Amino acid sequence: MTIRSRHNVRVTGPDDGQPMVFAHGFGCDQAMWRHVAPRFADRYQVVLFDHAGAGGSDPAAYDPERHARLEGYAEDVVSVIEGLDLHDVVFVGHSVSAMIGALAAAEAPERFAHLVMVGPSPRYLDDPETGYIGGFGREDIDGLLESLGSNYLGWSAAMAPAIIGNADRPELGAELTESFCRADPEIQRRFAAATFLADNRADLARVRTPTLVLQCSDDIIAPDVVGEYVHRHLAESELVRMAATGHCPNLSAPDETAAAIDSYLRARR
Amino acid sequence: MSAPGSEPTEGYVRALIEDDPIELYETAPCGYLSADEDGRIVKVNRTFCDWTGYRRDELVGRRFQTLLAVGDRIFYETHFAPSLSLQGTVREIAADVVCGDGQRLPVLINAVRAHSPRGADRTRIVVFDARERRAYERELLAERERAERAAQEARTLAETLQRTLLPASMPTIAGIDVGAAYRPAGDGKVVGGDFYDVFQLDDRAWGVSLGDVCGKGPGAAIITALARHTIRALAVHTASTSAVLEGLHHAILRSPETDGFCTALFLTADVGAAGEVHLRMSAGGHHLPLLVGTDGTVTEVGRRGHLLGMLEPLRLHEDQVTVEPGESLVLFTDGVIEARRGEELYGEQRLHELLGELRIAGAQELADAITADAVDFQGGALTRDDIAVVVLQGAERPPAQ
Repeated sequence: MTIRSRHNVRVTGPDDGQPMVFAHGFGCDQAMWRHVAPRFADRYQVVLFDHAGAGGSDPAAYDPERHARLEGYAEDVVSVIEGLDLHDVVFVGHSVSAMIGALAAAEAPERFAHLVMVGPSPRYLDDPETGYIGGFGREDIDGLLESLGSNYLGWSAAMAPAIIGNADRPELGAELTESFCRADPEIQRRFAAATFLADNRADLARVRTPTLVLQCSDDIIAPDVVGEYVHRHLAESELVRMAATGHCPNLSAPDETAAAIDSYLRARR
Repeated sequence: MSAPGSEPTEGYVRALIEDDPIELYETAPCGYLSADEDGRIVKVNRTFCDWTGYRRDELVGRRFQTLLAVGDRIFYETHFAPSLSLQGTVREIAADVVCGDGQRLPVLINAVRAHSPRGADRTRIVVFDARERRAYERELLAERERAERAAQEARTLAETLQRTLLPASMPTIAGIDVGAAYRPAGDGKVVGGDFYDVFQLDDRAWGVSLGDVCGKGPGAAIITALARHTIRALAVHTASTSAVLEGLHHAILRSPETDGFCTALFLTADVGAAGEVHLRMSAGGHHLPLLVGTDGTVTEVGRRGHLLGMLEPLRLHEDQVTVEPGESLVLFTDGVIEARRGEELYGEQRLHELLGELRIAGAQELADAITADAVDFQGGALTRDDIAVVVLQGAERPPAQ
């Protein structure tokens, strides 16, 4: 099993371009970057991959023990980067992958040039002891796990091959429906627990890589105060508030997302 | 416009004239909402307001996902919204809508993205009351979890029981290299009927048993336990291998718990002055062991007597066999030779050929190789019957001091 087949790695763009690695969050797979990543492929070596247990990753790559913690996913990120021998990497992580990228950059800082965190949260649960607001209580996360359980049937129906409303986007063809958000419900539950019960606040201080934090409006998963917290606790970061609402600006506002990343990188060229 | 593929019927035309489109929308038997690109509700029908107890003006301008219970909101953001964005549709999403009075309304949600001719996308969301269905699904989920736990417990029990029926490890015997392999049938959920044992009789002699109890599961486990322990108990009192198996025969016949039977081999072994292994053996209806010479010749040894625990009078034989250093005696259960690939049987011939070709040094390696070959023959899939193999190899003598 090569690193490419393990994580369904797709590389586009010039071989000698600066590597730009896009990582998807909880819930879906690399299709999340479909409207953003291609915009960088003219000058960056764009690398897409699926986390273990998601999308087209090799089922054998998923290890319930190792992937019970985000550190396990971060190890995978480092092995993808080392396996492809990438240096000077711009790592773009959405949602939980923002923190996975932070953990990877803390472990192998020599490989990373910049982190881009889209909707990051170092801890989703509130922590009354320290006054930290993550946005969620334990009962909310239990509600999510229950929701995943009761959407077992509904979710497989959502993966059905019928695509409606994509007539003007032929590139979202059969290949997409086959792979999009394909996941074992049991792995989804475990990934949900690893994500939403994690506490990586202390890891922020270990990150020396310059970071762009992209904060959406009205993001219930990573609210404004959390984005600010991340920005405050990173050694070197810039916080950009986006007009885009919700948690997935990579899908809902690809123009704004790509432009924010691009102008950040251009200013540091 | 008429229904596709049919001429408009009179009833259809009348319904079209009589149905007020606004009424169709407002009192549809489902909640019907439209949202803009940001998910903000721009239009909602009366059914949804009635079900949830919200006034229309409380809903318009609010983002749809904020009506959901918090756990469902996360699901919405991480699954529903991306799926809708990439596929243009989601179906049968289960969620709870938090109503105006704080009560939860379990619903199923379908949604499509519609391209408006004026550019901006609209999301059309239909919500079905699913209170009873969801309560039922919750019961089903709880039942499934219970069933999974029960299956896991059964598997653990079967594995534990199986372990008590087989020796934990092979003893080290001066002059005899012993190897054993066991593979349960299927996925190991059922206790198998194969057993084997190697134990010390006195300073010089060892006892070796291997057998196959008719059937599987708890009934077979009773006889398997009985066989293993009866053979051990009797073997220390008599030097006659046939007497040991005869004792087992009567023990099974007298056992009130079962009407099962078994086949078994019992051997005693001691090592002679020149390193040769002297064996006495009896076979109660079991496949005879195979002696593999150093030149690869394969010979069946001993004589096959009757099944144990079945018919009276019982007839058994007692034979003497010598295994020279480098030679191997292979004991096996029918899980090996009755392994199947479709209609094809593994067969004794294939086992003879395998043993003739293998020339493997090391009893354990040989036992493993035989088991692996039988499993491979079945395509490596779940095996139909359990497999047990014991190999006794005359140890090559260390160079004289």
